[in-house]
Amino acid sequence: MLLGKRKRERSAEIPTASLADISFLILTFFLLTTTINIDKGLGLTLPAKGEQKKVRKENVTNLLINARGQVLLDGQMVDIAQIKQIIRDKLAQRPQLIVSVKTDRNTKYDVYIKVLDQLKQAGATRISIAEPE
Amino acid sequence: MSEKFQRKGKVSTAIPTASMPDIIFMLLLFFMVTTTMREATGLPVNLPAAKKIEKLPGRRGVASIYVDKQGRISIDDKLVQVKDIASIMYNKRIDALHPLKVVSLRIDKEVNMGLVTDIHEQLRKADALNVSYSAKYAGD
Repeated sequence: MLLGKRKRERSAEIPTASLADISFLILTFFLLTTTINIDKGLGLTLPAKGEQKKVRKENVTNLLINARGQVLLDGQMVDIAQIKQIIRDKLAQRPQLIVSVKTDRNTKYDVYIKVLDQLKQAGATRISIAEPE
Repeated sequence: MSEKFQRKGKVSTAIPTASMPDIIFMLLLFFMVTTTMREATGLPVNLPAAKKIEKLPGRRGVASIYVDKQGRISIDDKLVQVKDIASIMYNKRIDALHPLKVVSLRIDKEVNMGLVTDIHEQLRKADALNVSYSAKYAGD
């Protein structure tokens, strides 16, 4: 009887005073390890392997970039900054326009991204990447 | 006079801390859910700048290919050859847990397009057709 009473006197509660400290510690750990996703970029869908579509010639605009970063748009040399306006005008006339971008193997990637950015800004969605010869 | 002072002293100045653990737990849960551990450090690349950039749909299902100035290619912190990309990307694409949705190309702006085209060709072989050319925001 006496033994049983003594047992009952023991505290059965879990001490919760340090709970806040512990969770603070874990919180700081997660705060420090969290990296906010900042990966942003220009999206593009590549054509599937072996996929070849026949398109009418008047619906295609050829855009060539040479190794020196000069741009030839439908046979005319243009400034990279002008591409946006030209393509926008062309799209207004022909919404189904496909822009075919062809680069040289020695073209700098930076130039290619600049051109692609211009096309995206003009609102062109049908962009085709042609293989360089 | 002294009575007045005493009355003022009775106002409790302690901030109630009873709900503090709950608030911290809430914050903790938020950070636990949003945290994704860094999987690869990649190679040091100088990304090109562009204006019309879009955000990638989260980090799951995104594979990054790093290409540095010297033309070295790194996937998941392993240096690979161009011809190996197709099989690596194919294996990622059929992964049951997080199937590949987008390939993020983190390519240095000094790289020649020849190499980029070779990578395109490999991605097409693996049928990983959604790519994102990683870029910095150019500003105005």
